[in-house]
Amino acid sequence: MEALLSSAASVAFHGAAYGMVLYVISVGLSVTMGLMGFANLAHGVFAMAGGYVLTTALSRFGVPFPLALLLAFGVVGAASIVLERFLYSRLYTAGELPQVLFTIGLVFMAVAAARLVFGSLQQPVPLPDYLTGQVSVLGRDFPAYRVFVIAFSAGIIAALWFGVERTLWGAMVRATVDNRAMAQSIGIDTRRLFMLTFALGSGLAGLGGALGADIIAIEPTYPFEHLAYFLIVVSVGGLGSLRGPFVAALLIGVGDTACKYWLPQFGAFFVYAATIALLLWRPAGLFGRRA
Amino acid sequence: MSRGGSYAADHRVRAIEWLPWVAAIAAFFLLPDYLPLGARVLTYILFALSLDLILGYAGIITLGHSAFFGLGAYVAGILSARFGVADPMVQLAASALAGALLGISTGAVILRTQGLTQLMLTLAVGALCLEIANRATSITGGADGLSGVTVAPILGQFRFDLFGKTAYLWCLAVLFAGWFLARRLIYSPFGVALTGTRENSARMHAIGAPVYWRQVIVYTFSAAMAGVAGALLTQTSQFVGLNVLGFEPSGELLVMLILGGVGRIYGAFVGPLVFLVAQDFLSKQFPEYWYFGIGLLLVIVVLFAHGGLLGIGDALLARRRR
Repeated sequence: MEALLSSAASVAFHGAAYGMVLYVISVGLSVTMGLMGFANLAHGVFAMAGGYVLTTALSRFGVPFPLALLLAFGVVGAASIVLERFLYSRLYTAGELPQVLFTIGLVFMAVAAARLVFGSLQQPVPLPDYLTGQVSVLGRDFPAYRVFVIAFSAGIIAALWFGVERTLWGAMVRATVDNRAMAQSIGIDTRRLFMLTFALGSGLAGLGGALGADIIAIEPTYPFEHLAYFLIVVSVGGLGSLRGPFVAALLIGVGDTACKYWLPQFGAFFVYAATIALLLWRPAGLFGRRA
Repeated sequence: MSRGGSYAADHRVRAIEWLPWVAAIAAFFLLPDYLPLGARVLTYILFALSLDLILGYAGIITLGHSAFFGLGAYVAGILSARFGVADPMVQLAASALAGALLGISTGAVILRTQGLTQLMLTLAVGALCLEIANRATSITGGADGLSGVTVAPILGQFRFDLFGKTAYLWCLAVLFAGWFLARRLIYSPFGVALTGTRENSARMHAIGAPVYWRQVIVYTFSAAMAGVAGALLTQTSQFVGLNVLGFEPSGELLVMLILGGVGRIYGAFVGPLVFLVAQDFLSKQFPEYWYFGIGLLLVIVVLFAHGGLLGIGDALLARRRR
């Protein structure tokens, strides 16, 4: 009984850390899909880019860890503005198929570029000393890195929710998700709003990729391999919502960790099966507004 | 979004439509060294044609079409390697049936949804199939692949030879049958109704057309066709690997079809031909650049050339006539 309890606590803890990272990465996707109706399958590219920025900054330039995280956010966010202005914005009204194809093309290019520049091996993440040990929480020892991931993500999520629920920018975003034409007609500059929100969402993906670099390994096939999970978080949680993907990410994080721990022979089978069942039950996701 | 050439009332085969078949037979005699590559091209043309039916004509976007292809490949392989069923006709029939069953059971639920949810469901079905093939190692061979596939002579007469002559002609014959059926379907009133659904689903609903059932039927037909293509791949390569399943093969197939031109029968012919021949020459020397190149190509086609290669050809012809 004690052993089961201990492994359950461990699964819940590791699952929560994984889920938090999934959420920080995917929340931007939820907002951009809800806001712009853009089917962006290349979202994982931003997360991978963040991971590469972090590992390069840490191991090649000896940048301190917190600064490297900030750098991942900034670099990826800035790069995404360029992509949004020159490429994404051309396809806002183009329909789903061109968007899907275009972003798949981006994924192919990013995978190849990552392999050319960084090789096909997984990137080592040289964590600082203060994140490598164990931390005692409620009489149990947990790895410090994962405690940090959970705490840091919680801080970001709180800031993001405050931003969306309590600031003028958040009100504009929510108004545009609800009714874009009406938002435009009362004078909201949706073009600028799209750009900023896209940059923020992509920056968060970069930050999530960097933060979770020791949980979700940084390697060239990253955007392919984890795409399904990012999309599951968004579609199960519900487009354009903030809370839905949070619940979905935690469910997937804990569920996936539990399956891999107790039923390793089934792999990700149950996650996909549960996703299909859930989407059939509620096609708009758990917290989706449009049924 | 309008794509050319699908409303034609005249369903008779035009003279130029015999060109691919003449070329295929000419290739058989003129390029004996490239017959294995040729068989691969023919297989993927059939696969691309099946995707074209649902994506190009019915307008259903899928990220998991490789599920049916992979299922067909594994059904043929497992029948041969585990149960000793080596007759190629039986294998094809079983793969078609398996594809159709998976197609109707997943299509019936997936096609009730729309947009991102539909996209996600196709992706999840594909990922689920990959996961099953990866984990059920005692049946599928898992990551090592399924070897020991044997194929008996066709009709007890034509043995699969080392040079790939029989395999090439076999693929050509099956593709011809698939082309014939797909063409009949596209030019039938059913096919025109599908195009109507693609162009304006709400209006088709409004005139009382059974949109959902038509989509389920074409999805099932397409799945069976993809299953046959998968079986052909198994029979010609006598091996099944995990790389027939998952997101990557689905993505590559999309690239092939888009490259040729989506929503036109012969786009599915041109795309795989150009893609696989280029891959054969380029990917060995520059694997990374090749991958980067197809991504770039996809982006360029989407941004600047909606109709793919055949669309560019049309535009050039139209300019000359003017």
